[in-house]
Amino acid sequence: MPIQYYIILAAAIFCIGVTGVLVRRNAIIIFMSIELMLNAVNLLLVAFSKMHYAVASAATKNMEVNTGTDAQLFVFFIMVVAAAEVSVGLAIIVMMYRNVRSIDVNFLNRLKN
Amino acid sequence: MELMVYLVPLFPLLGFLLNGIFRKSLSKSMIGIIGCGSVLASFIVSCILFIDIKSGGALQVQPLFQFINLPSVKVDFAFQADQLSSLFLLIITGVGFLIHVYSTSYMHEENENHFARYFSYLNLFVFSMLLLVLGANYVIMFMGWEGVGLCSYLLIGYWYKNDNYNYAANKAFIMNRIGDAAFLLGVFWVFSKLGTSNYADVFANTSKFSTAEITGITILFLIGATGKSAQIPLYTWLPDAMAGPTPVSALIHAATMVTAGIYMVARSNALYSLSPVSENLVAIIGIATALLAATIAIKQNDIKKVLAYSTVSQLGYMFLGLGVGAYTGAVFHVMTHAFFKALLFLGAGSVIHALNQQDMRYMGGLKKYMPVTHITFLAACLAISGIPPFSGFFSKDEILAAAYSANPVYWALGVLGAGLTAFYMFRLYATTFLGEFRGTEEQKHHLHESPIAITLPLLILAILSVIGGFINVPAVLGGSSEMHHFLSPVLLKEKSVELNHSTEFILMGVSAGVSVIAILIALFRYSKKPELGEPQGLGKVLANKWYIDELYDAVVVSPLSALGSFFKNVIEKSGVDGLVNGVGTFIQYSSRRLRLVQNGKVGTYILLMVFSIVVLWLAFWNQTTITEFFQKIF
Repeated sequence: MPIQYYIILAAAIFCIGVTGVLVRRNAIIIFMSIELMLNAVNLLLVAFSKMHYAVASAATKNMEVNTGTDAQLFVFFIMVVAAAEVSVGLAIIVMMYRNVRSIDVNFLNRLKN
Repeated sequence: MELMVYLVPLFPLLGFLLNGIFRKSLSKSMIGIIGCGSVLASFIVSCILFIDIKSGGALQVQPLFQFINLPSVKVDFAFQADQLSSLFLLIITGVGFLIHVYSTSYMHEENENHFARYFSYLNLFVFSMLLLVLGANYVIMFMGWEGVGLCSYLLIGYWYKNDNYNYAANKAFIMNRIGDAAFLLGVFWVFSKLGTSNYADVFANTSKFSTAEITGITILFLIGATGKSAQIPLYTWLPDAMAGPTPVSALIHAATMVTAGIYMVARSNALYSLSPVSENLVAIIGIATALLAATIAIKQNDIKKVLAYSTVSQLGYMFLGLGVGAYTGAVFHVMTHAFFKALLFLGAGSVIHALNQQDMRYMGGLKKYMPVTHITFLAACLAISGIPPFSGFFSKDEILAAAYSANPVYWALGVLGAGLTAFYMFRLYATTFLGEFRGTEEQKHHLHESPIAITLPLLILAILSVIGGFINVPAVLGGSSEMHHFLSPVLLKEKSVELNHSTEFILMGVSAGVSVIAILIALFRYSKKPELGEPQGLGKVLANKWYIDELYDAVVVSPLSALGSFFKNVIEKSGVDGLVNGVGTFIQYSSRRLRLVQNGKVGTYILLMVFSIVVLWLAFWNQTTITEFFQKIF
C-alpha cells in the first residue's frame, strides 16, 4: 500500500485531535483528542519504519537489515509516556471534579486568585 | 633674553592660578600683592624688552612648542615681540598695573573669596590680552581674542547675583561671539589658501590672494574687530559692560579688550592696504561710530555711560585712522586713549566710591571735596578733547590730518565728532565737579578724597595724559615723529601724509578751536544749572541711544527668541518629546492590551500554541526567502 495513504490518514487523525483540543471544553474529551494526536504520530512512525525497512532490504539482498527499528522503539516510548501522562492527567481531572464539581477546562481560569 | 618674552604673559598667568586656586586661604593683602605684583613683574619685563627692541634688537618669532601638528596644518605656539607688540605690552601691563593697584582699594569691601576671584579674573584678562598681542600667528591671537572675551564676560558679570548684570555680561559675550565667528572664518580662509597663519608668511605671500579674496578676508577680520572694539554694528555691548566694577571698565576700555580690534587691523595692515574697499569700509564704520556714539554720549546721565560712549567714539577715531592708512596714528591714539580713558574711569570710580552714586544729576560741586580727583579728571577731559598740548591733541590730530589727505569729508566729520567729544566731556565735568552739591546731606557728610591707592594711579595717569603726546610730535610742530620711525618696520603699509605745513597748521587750529568753543559752551551751559529733568524731543532719542538697542531687539533678538520658543514649544514639546514619549506610551498601551491575552482560559493558550507552531512551520519552510529579505534590508 502506498505510503501516502498512511500519511493522509495520520494527518487526518492529527487534525481531528487538534480540532478536538481546540474546540472542546470537556477535559476528558481533550485528553482523548491528545491521545488521537499521539497515535497519529505513532501511526506515521510505524508506517515510515516499515517503508524504510522495505526499501533497505530490497537494496541489500540476503543480508540482515536493522533499518527502521528506531522508529518502532520511539513508538513504544510514546505509548509508555502517554500511559503515564494519562494516569497523571486523569488524577488531576478527578481532583478537579472534586473541587469545582465540573470538568469544564474554562472553570480553571481562576488560578490567578 | 631669548625666552624673556615668555615671562611677560607667564606672570599674570601665575597670578591668576595662585589667586584662583588659593582664593579661600589667602589674605586680602596677599591677594593684592600677588595680583599687582604679577602685572608689575610683566611690566618690568616689557620695559626691558621695549628698550631692547628700541635699541635695534628686535626679537623675532620665538617658537615655544608645536601647538597643532598635522600633515597639512602646522601651528607653532610662537611669540613675536616686535615694535608693535612691545608697545602694546607697555600699554597693557603699565596701565593694567595701575588699574590693579587702584582695585586693591576700590574693591576692598568685598570679602576675601570674591576679592581673590576678582584679581584672578583681572590677571587672566591681562594674560589673555598679552597672548593676543604677542602671538606670532592668527591662531595664538585668536586664543587671546577668545580669552579677553571670556574675561570680559566674567568681570562684567562679577556681581553675579544681580540678574541685570548677568544679562549685560551675556550681551557682551554674545556680541563678541558674533564678531569672533567672522574672525575665525577669516583665519580659516587664510589657512585654506596658504596653509599657515604666521604673520610673516601671510604678509609675505599676499600676492597669492586675489583682490576679491583679500577683501573678503579683511571684511571678515573687520567684523571680528567691530565685535571686540565695539564698532557699528556690534557696539551695544560696551555701554552695557558698565555693569562690572569700575576698574574693570577702565581695564576693558583702556588697556585691554577694545584695543584688540585696533591691534589686529594694524597688524594686518599688509592685507588691508591691498583692498581699498575694506579700507574705506573701516574708515566709514569708524567715523559713523565716532559720530553716533558722540551724539548718544551728550544725553547720558550715568557718569560711566558717558565714558563708555566716549570710548566707542574714540575707538571710531582709531578705526578712521586705520581706514585712511594712518596706522601709527591709530596705535598712537590707542596709547594716549589708554592713558586718559583709564584716568577718566578711575576718576569716575573715585567719585562713585565716595558717593555710592552713578547718576551725575545727584553730584555737582565735587571740586571742593575731591581736589586730586578733580584736577586729574580735568586733565583727562582736556586730553580727550584734544586741547594742545595734552596727549589727545597729538594723536587725534594725526588721525585727522591723515583723514584730510584721504578725504576732506572724513576730516570735517571728524572735527564735528571732536567738538561733540569736547562738549559731552565738559558737560560731564561741569555737572560732576562744578556748581553746588546736589546729593543728600548724608552723602555730603561722607564726602572725602579717596585713599592713596586710588589717587596715586590717578596722578600717574594724569601725568601720562598730559605729556604722553610728546613722544610723537609731528614735524610741523618741530618734533620728529619718533613713533613713526619706531613702528615703521611693522607698519610697512603706512600711508604718508602729504600736506604742507600751513595746511596742517590750519587743520590743527580748526580742530582745537572747535574743541575750545565746544568746551566753553558746555561749561557755560552746565556749570551753573545742569540738566536735571528728563530730556524731550531729539534729546530723548539721544538719551535712549537712538533706540538702537530696541531696534536690535525688534529685528534680531525678538525673531530669534520667537524662533527659539517655536522650536522649544512646538518642535521639541510635540515633535521630539512626542516621539520619545510616544514610544513609551505605545509600549505601555500595547502591553496593557497584550496582558489581556493571558486570560487563564486553557483554550486560548492552546489556540495560541497551535497558531505559533503553524507560524514557525511556515517560517521554517520559507527560511531562504526570509533570510534573503533580511539581507536585502540590512
